[in-house]
Amino acid sequence: MTLAKVKEETDMNTVYDTAVDSRTQEMNSIKQTSNAIFQAKDFNLWYGNNHALQDINLDFNENEISAIIGPSGCGKSTFIKSLNRMVELVPIVRTEGDIVYRDQSIFDKSSTVENLRTKVGMVFQKPNPFPKSIYDNVAYGARVHGIRNKKVLDQVVEKSLKGAAIWEEVKDRLNDNAYGLSGGQQQRICIARALAIEPDVILMDEPTSALDPISTTKVEDLMHELKKDYSIIIVTHNMQQAARISDRTAFFYQGYVVEYDKTNVIFDKPKDQRTEDYVSGRFG
Amino acid sequence: MELINKEQVSKKLSGRLMVNKVMKFIFLLCTLVGLVVLATLLIDTILDGWRYLTVDFFTNFSSSRPDNAGIRGAIIGTLWLMATTAPIAIILSVGTALYLEEYAPKNKLVDFVKINISNLAGVPSVVFGLLGLTLFVRMAGLGNSVLAAALTMSLMILPVIVVASQEAIRSVPGSIREASIGMGATKWQTITRIILPASIPGIITGIILALSRAIGETAPLVIIGIPTILLFTPTGVLDTFSALPMQIFSWVKLPNPEFQSITAAAILVLLFILFLMNSVAIYIRNKYSKRF
Ligand SMILES: Nc1ncnc2c1ncn2[C@@H]1O[C@H](COP(=O)(O)OP(=O)(O)O)[C@@H](O)[C@H]1O
Ligand SMILES: [Mg+2]
Repeated sequence: MTLAKVKEETDMNTVYDTAVDSRTQEMNSIKQTSNAIFQAKDFNLWYGNNHALQDINLDFNENEISAIIGPSGCGKSTFIKSLNRMVELVPIVRTEGDIVYRDQSIFDKSSTVENLRTKVGMVFQKPNPFPKSIYDNVAYGARVHGIRNKKVLDQVVEKSLKGAAIWEEVKDRLNDNAYGLSGGQQQRICIARALAIEPDVILMDEPTSALDPISTTKVEDLMHELKKDYSIIIVTHNMQQAARISDRTAFFYQGYVVEYDKTNVIFDKPKDQRTEDYVSGRFG
Repeated sequence: MELINKEQVSKKLSGRLMVNKVMKFIFLLCTLVGLVVLATLLIDTILDGWRYLTVDFFTNFSSSRPDNAGIRGAIIGTLWLMATTAPIAIILSVGTALYLEEYAPKNKLVDFVKINISNLAGVPSVVFGLLGLTLFVRMAGLGNSVLAAALTMSLMILPVIVVASQEAIRSVPGSIREASIGMGATKWQTITRIILPASIPGIITGIILALSRAIGETAPLVIIGIPTILLFTPTGVLDTFSALPMQIFSWVKLPNPEFQSITAAAILVLLFILFLMNSVAIYIRNKYSKRF
């Protein structure tokens, strides 16, 4: 039922014509760079000797939700953390190839990682608010970037909390510690916190895996809203979730991208046997 | 075919229960020995010394006549020593802990340094006294001043604060560190806005416990030649001074029995300060623990 809705939406999405195989289709989209926010080009990553990502070629589009699915340990988190270079916090990481964010390599020395992370926000698997008040949590990013004016901060906090659909629930207790909220509320505070730096792209690594079904629905609805203003790349091990919310889906397996296509193609007529087996729940 | 003979089990049961009771009794006895001895010491000291805890005792300098003897010089000297030791020790050790936990590369050398910092905490205070004598009193020419003693004490308590701070910093979950870094905050911003506020209770607890060790230390002060009887108080960190433990150490050697009681009074003052410091540490630890 929801899948049909997703289909409808993606069918109306005319930016991408049907591609015969994902390779040629990637070549095409590299040409139309204007629409790609992120492009991975022959990207490889090693943890020591563990070759965790192998020859990744992927384009992600503006104002879309792109999902990354695959069995655990296949490199989904590693890949999404590569996009904002958080993966480099692990000392043994080594990379090859390139990732391009809006026509500029993220490894380009002329820009800083801090600058990249200001434009590319991230929401993590486990809600991780700071041990501070709700207000201070959401205002954190703005303060870090030098905004001190209380009026501006107030506006940033309100706008972000509204953007994350949690304003009504917390507007009367902005000075309470964020730890007093439920897990689902905490996760939406974390989304608000990410929105507060007015990013261009939001990366989400299994943002609902620690949440109950009702909170999950709320966060999913929220993503649909956010899609209008932001580009979202989401890792999920929940295939129904990918089918429900995403426009395009990449299937990762053992460090490779097996298949990347419109979500309805991946779920209804995948080209690769392994994708078919995975989405039909035969392994995972 | 039963592998466990129920009859034998029940026959041995009473023996097992007996051993259980006896062991409980033995451990209770162990605890009591310590408690009783400590309580006796404390009560004895209180009975002996409380008569001398008068206002004069706090305002008079040391004297050879028991009725005039007081701890003014010692207590003010101790305050000077603590006020000078604290900032030096805090800056050095919190800085070290932050470097080791946040900035230092992960390699064998850094691991070696980390292990040996905890080993340093076990070095006897006499050794630190000798180090201070050579380094600060003689080589740096500071003489038996407040500064020389404070530097020596700082070195002595440094490992304790470093280890406590490292533990506090390490207990800040990686997830909130990542959240901060992931928003484009620099490492320094993450340290000052997230890591330090979250770990400060642990760090302060470590600092207070370390200072309360320094306040009672006598050996390093004896070795760097701090005078025991002094009829003036320091006006700067380069002046010489006396301290409570030194005062106690000198009085207790006197033959006059009245001085034994005066010593007891001084010990009570020192114990009270220690008790106060430890209470503050425990209060902070309980109030701010379990935050994650
Ligand atoms: N910090 C790390 N250090 C070393 N190896 C890691 C680290 N994180 C992940 N890996 C390895 O990289 C591979 C991919 O892991 P990950 O990206 O977490 O997978 P997923 O998110 O798809 O479950 C796994 O083999 C995992 O063991
Ligand atoms: Mg993962």
